[in-house]
Amino acid sequence: MNSANDILMGTHAGMQKPSAPKSRLRKQGMLSYKTKKRLVPFLYVAPAAFLFSLLMLFPMITVFRYSLMDGAIMKKNAVFVGLQNYVTIFSDPVFWQSVGQTLYFTVMSVVFHLLIGLAFALLLNTQRIDPTLRSILRVLYILPWLFTAVIIAIIWRLLLDPNGVINSILIALNIVDFKVEWFSSTKTALHALTFANIWAGYPLYMVSLLAGLQGIPKELYEAAGIDGANEVQKFRYITIPQLMPIIISIALLDFIWTMQVFPLVWMTTGGGPIHATEVLSTYTYKLAFSSYEFSLASASAICILIMSMSVTYFYIKHQKAR
Amino acid sequence: MNVRKYLATMKSAAAVWALCTTCAFAETNIEFIQWWEPEMPAGALRGIMDDFEAANPGIKVKLVSGPYSSTRDQIVVGAASGTLSDVVGLDGAWVNGLSKQGAIASMDSLMADAKYDQSQIADIVKVNGQSVMFPLASFVYPVFVNLDMAKAAGIETMPTTRTEFAAAAKKMTNADKNEYGWVLPLALQNPGGIQNDVMSWVWASGASMLKDGQPDLENEAVVGTLEYIKALQDDGVISPGIFAKKEQDKVEEFVNGRVGMMVDSLAHINLIRERNAKLNFGISALPAVDGYTGKRGLPYASWGIGISDSSEHKAEAWKLVEYLMSPEVNGRLVSIANAFPGNVNAKPDFSKSDPLFEEAFKIFQSGTLANEFVGLPVAEDLMRDMNVEVQKMFDGQQTAKEAAANTQKQWLVEFAK
Repeated sequence: MNSANDILMGTHAGMQKPSAPKSRLRKQGMLSYKTKKRLVPFLYVAPAAFLFSLLMLFPMITVFRYSLMDGAIMKKNAVFVGLQNYVTIFSDPVFWQSVGQTLYFTVMSVVFHLLIGLAFALLLNTQRIDPTLRSILRVLYILPWLFTAVIIAIIWRLLLDPNGVINSILIALNIVDFKVEWFSSTKTALHALTFANIWAGYPLYMVSLLAGLQGIPKELYEAAGIDGANEVQKFRYITIPQLMPIIISIALLDFIWTMQVFPLVWMTTGGGPIHATEVLSTYTYKLAFSSYEFSLASASAICILIMSMSVTYFYIKHQKAR
Repeated sequence: MNVRKYLATMKSAAAVWALCTTCAFAETNIEFIQWWEPEMPAGALRGIMDDFEAANPGIKVKLVSGPYSSTRDQIVVGAASGTLSDVVGLDGAWVNGLSKQGAIASMDSLMADAKYDQSQIADIVKVNGQSVMFPLASFVYPVFVNLDMAKAAGIETMPTTRTEFAAAAKKMTNADKNEYGWVLPLALQNPGGIQNDVMSWVWASGASMLKDGQPDLENEAVVGTLEYIKALQDDGVISPGIFAKKEQDKVEEFVNGRVGMMVDSLAHINLIRERNAKLNFGISALPAVDGYTGKRGLPYASWGIGISDSSEHKAEAWKLVEYLMSPEVNGRLVSIANAFPGNVNAKPDFSKSDPLFEEAFKIFQSGTLANEFVGLPVAEDLMRDMNVEVQKMFDGQQTAKEAAANTQKQWLVEFAK
């Protein structure tokens, strides 16, 4: 640290005569000592800022620029058209259908991730289950998290195939009397897709909440027990408030991530049947790589960015409040 | 003396350096992007390139290979940034967009300069009158029939008309045993099902979906085909899960004996044999409308080849195209790829191939290649638009006539761009 400071200030032994007085050294060079000192923090963050600009800011600005042009990428002389691309996608009913379905998919996923994750975390935290069984359950419950989106898509495509295991079980139990086309019917596709995503995502909550549960002081429960609180009251007044910071953090992050989910949707339904599972990510992808309308796709991507950033705002606010 | 020796050494070194530099400058490196290398036996395409390099000293070919979809994305990006490889493997569905983008060159002048005999090319794909792509190898889509299922259903001959096909599909269907007569993949991820499994019925009967280069989807042939396919669905002969089914699912169901018939690429014969060696199956041309006596249109997919407009070595690139299109090399390439040649004089050697290829070659020679999506603007998008409308028809939201009319409207917008 000191060495780095020395180099930045131009006072390193290798750069100056060792015998030179300090006051003279400070005057040497183009910048004054004060200015150099002020620059130090900026130089420290410079590498990160450079990488951020190169990998995040530059692509974002480029996409935004594309969204204001006509025929970006595809035309050699693309021209500035202002907000025309935004007007075009806002007047497309499929875009609004995608927005609605993205919100349904996201909200349902976040809510059920939380409920299932919390239930499993409580189960794994309880002392009433045999430790060996608890260890086995811990491994089993975390499995979905270990699979990639491709594997998850294949698993659920096979399970929910009209001739798949789920239908066989449902027919055997007389719950349904026909082969349900889960991913192939406009009535069930979005729910089936959301279900697969819920299954794939709850372990994040489970692991985080389990860590949170293990960090709650036992004395709180003992004191509540002495005061006559029952299990439900302990859960409501101790567990939930203690877990709330974790719940808010991961729920907000999950909301942002789920809103942008693409691989699972693409590999299971591709946004179909018709537009029944069209979400903003598939809508944008089709504009870019099927229609080659990169300007419209950029406008759609900016809309997703704005939606994500609005949630990010709450996340940052929450983090600051903590 | 020492100085003289030193000078002589320096002169020799300079001469050697100059010679090497001249050699290096004399050598031209060209890039060839395609998705074929991974689909061919290991080293097969490289071997052909090595032979080309031996026949054309001074030209080195660098193969840029990848799976189909990533190659497509690479080509789109390369076309946009002006860094497209010199020689480009093309799918007919991309040609129009790339040509309009100015990314692929017209090969007319190159052919004229080389006094190339165009009559030997099976098909030249043109955009705005410019020759931009040669189909190097074609993969025809016949009907695959599970002969054991057909025999068990009492079907003695391959269906040649739509009526015979519908009757055969009905006989082969036994929903209780999860057996169906036909399989139709209409997933939206890759809307190729519209081209291979739906519109192929139109082309098989010599009809068209275009008129004067413009969409003509409301004609009797197209509407009739949609009505026919809808009737097959209403009869319950199509394997369930149509809207989420992909091409690989289709092949899988056929391999497992769950469907009696499918329209599929000949390229899958080896795959089917590998997956189920016991499967007894045959092939036949796609059935036509009753009473049709003309030449059967054979749906096909192809490995097309073209030259990048931004290439600085167009002459060398043309040499490679010409080499690959020559009867001997083309014959050798398609024999390895189990495809049909792009050069009419090429004689593929099917002696080491599956006996069905020889049978398929007869079908190929008696019919005509037909794929009207080749060269159309945003062809994949057109297929997807139609796919959605056909799905709505299957879902009972509209009739075949309405599906055709709605697709027509959307296509006209795309064609007008």
